[in-house]
Amino acid sequence: MARTLKFNVFRYNPMDEKSVPHMDTFVLPEIPSMTLFIALNQIREEQDPSLQFDFCCRAGICGACGMLINGRPGLGCKTKTKDLPDEITLLPLPVFKLVGDLSVDTGTWFREMYAKVESWIHTDTVFDPTAEEERMDNSIAEEIYELERCVECGCCVAGCGTARMRKDFMGAVALNRVARFLIDPRDQRSEADYYDIIGTDEGIFGCMGLLGCEDVCPKELPLQDQLGFLRRKMGLAAIKRFLPFGKK
Amino acid sequence: MQTFYTDVLSIGAGLAGERVAIEAAGAGFDAICLSIVPARRSHSSAAQGGMQAALGNSAMGEGDTPDVHFNDTVKGSDWGCDQEVARIFCDNAPIAMRQMAHWGVPWNRVVGGKGFYYKGGERFEKFEKPENEGLITARNFGGTAKWRTCYTSDGTGHTVLYTMDNRAAKMGVQVHDKVEVISLIQDGKRCMGAVARCLKTGELRVYLAKATLVAAGGFGRIYRESTNAVICDGGAHAAVLDTGVVPLGNMEAVQFHPTGIVPTYILVTEGCRGDGGTLLDVNQERFMNIYEPEKAELASRDVVSRWMMHHIREGKGVKSPYGEHLWLDIRHLGEQHIRGKLREVDDICQNFLGIDPVKDLIPVKPVQHYSMGGVRTNKDGAAYGLEGLFAAGEAACWDMHGFNRLGGNSLAETVVAGMVVGGKVVEYLQGAEAQFKTSVIEDQVAKDRNRIQRLIDCADGGEDAFKVRAAMQDALQDGVHIFRSHNDLEQAVFQLQEVHERAKKIGLKSNGKGANPELALALKMAGQVKLALCVAYGALKRTESRGSHAREDFPERNDRDWLNRTLATWKNEDDDLPTLNYEDATPSFEIPPGDRGYGGGTIIPMDNPPAGKED
Repeated sequence: MARTLKFNVFRYNPMDEKSVPHMDTFVLPEIPSMTLFIALNQIREEQDPSLQFDFCCRAGICGACGMLINGRPGLGCKTKTKDLPDEITLLPLPVFKLVGDLSVDTGTWFREMYAKVESWIHTDTVFDPTAEEERMDNSIAEEIYELERCVECGCCVAGCGTARMRKDFMGAVALNRVARFLIDPRDQRSEADYYDIIGTDEGIFGCMGLLGCEDVCPKELPLQDQLGFLRRKMGLAAIKRFLPFGKK
Repeated sequence: MQTFYTDVLSIGAGLAGERVAIEAAGAGFDAICLSIVPARRSHSSAAQGGMQAALGNSAMGEGDTPDVHFNDTVKGSDWGCDQEVARIFCDNAPIAMRQMAHWGVPWNRVVGGKGFYYKGGERFEKFEKPENEGLITARNFGGTAKWRTCYTSDGTGHTVLYTMDNRAAKMGVQVHDKVEVISLIQDGKRCMGAVARCLKTGELRVYLAKATLVAAGGFGRIYRESTNAVICDGGAHAAVLDTGVVPLGNMEAVQFHPTGIVPTYILVTEGCRGDGGTLLDVNQERFMNIYEPEKAELASRDVVSRWMMHHIREGKGVKSPYGEHLWLDIRHLGEQHIRGKLREVDDICQNFLGIDPVKDLIPVKPVQHYSMGGVRTNKDGAAYGLEGLFAAGEAACWDMHGFNRLGGNSLAETVVAGMVVGGKVVEYLQGAEAQFKTSVIEDQVAKDRNRIQRLIDCADGGEDAFKVRAAMQDALQDGVHIFRSHNDLEQAVFQLQEVHERAKKIGLKSNGKGANPELALALKMAGQVKLALCVAYGALKRTESRGSHAREDFPERNDRDWLNRTLATWKNEDDDLPTLNYEDATPSFEIPPGDRGYGGGTIIPMDNPPAGKED
């Protein structure tokens, strides 16, 4: 009954002059409730201690373990081997810089993204430690949380046709981030301000609408709706720029 | 080799580290946070339930004040905490939560009018005051007199960390991610920074700083079964212990969380019980209401964990291929609540157990969860033993948790301590001058380079780092768990001493080039075993039961002899045990030691009990 699994894993260590990109094969007996987290750790501990991959929370919460699983971006920790065929091919996520084997540098990419979209609340209000908190409608708080559930795993970027073709495309994750601040009443930026950030081919108008992002999002974020919402908003913001009373 | 200079170096870019860095950046200082992973993957992100702060906005939190919060915290700690620190914490928590709201956390808010909640499986009605509509609301957590836990669904840590990291980015705090500290640079008096290994290239780097902060989280991964992320392995603690002069406080105080799922030990939040979930046994009967008629499932974590293990020992556990477990039942909370307010729990159940918590019971058992112990600091967050070294968050033994921490108090601690300690670090920086001794730096780098080369060359032997780690984890798991006794602890110490010898003989099987993961483990393995020895040996010597430290051979809480804190130092590299010293648990009493009101047990009183401000 128990299957024997064959893992084809991409190998390359850029810091080892002798290393050349290739695939290695590892064989493991499948055990109940096996995930790629369990399997890859077992391979590292028992077969090849140099194997590089990233896991952190191992519970689908932190987004560290994005990888291409049989060609599809996904989180290794929450991928159960029983949902896969007995031959499993693992590759690092594209777009991001390779660290080695299955490990990529998402940190640098995302840090640059925060700088581009100025990923923080813009407000003139100064925090007063003696005052009651500013009130907020619970439904708005929940709406913000819905968009803030993103774990920055990079799967949407890896699954995006535009991001694969052009390096400067912000990707669904950045646009979702903008949408999050756009609906936040604490952020005082205007639509025109957001237009300056994403009203280009690098931003919302570069999206080809293939929606690979939403298909592969492990947190099932409503990326399609957000992209549509932003495109309409930014389209209108573009028109307003030409009207004498439009621009703020 | 690259060398970086900064005012504040934080080892760790989770909530505590970033909060301190933000405070420093706000005062005009440079700050760099080092992180093994991108900042937003820090384990802070995994905290689901919430943060305690006595805002008193919600109906069930009415009348709450920092005083009530203080009472709960001190009782929760089983009088093991520093009461001055607990006071600082409770007074500042509401400010810190409001500040996080101002910075962008989408806290759940009060919705006015009639609503429902569950307790012990039963449905009750509550009425939220319309005038409080829109203020930060709270949910129920264990060990508290009021509903006090601020939350964003069950993604609280996630949203607070993202907001904090946004703020850090805005303030120009640098995060160097995929960088792991392997040793501190110090001359026995002053800490000057750290030697780190880049986990992208494998190269060594030197970080020099006026102030160095350890904010690297817990070290739960020294246990076999833990809820902690794989990065919570105590690497930074090991570097601190290696200084030989900085003590770790209360390492034997290890918290076990009642609801780790079986078999992966991923945590499902205490919010499940707070929101009305119940624990059931093999007969699908409730039992916590029998052991703790008043608090039932919502007694503090140490108490619930012990009763669960007790109940399993009584033959009421559910047998499984992964050992015995119990059930967590949240089905009665309904689909809307589970898929909304407990969505991560829903996801975890579906993804890792293949069950639907709306219809199915969740298999749970107590699992290592939180380290009350850590780098011992004073109330300003300054570490003992070295000037210029600070610690905050779970990595620290700032000691507001004593021997058991309450749910929702750790996530709150990261932000509150970050704010308070951050202020103290700024004060320190304002009076500090950079003094870096090149000879000390060179010596430390040479030592680390030598260590790496010897591992690669297998100069000391060919022990497998992964096998050594497994042996350490087994020794702790089997010998230093929820119920402890002399024989088991002595056996664990003995085993760990053997493992320590093996750890000194590790040699790499791979070539160690680049971001080699085997080398990363090998570099901290001996240090991890030393941490494990601090836990086991501290537990062996503490002949009483207090909070999470439950000795079956010494069931009383002994305030006469043990109302103190263990300080563990590793004096010499050749030692095979830590040196233990003790200091008073608290410099002053606001509440004299008394009964917690749950958990039972007898108390051996102090000879001259203090009067205290209250009672």
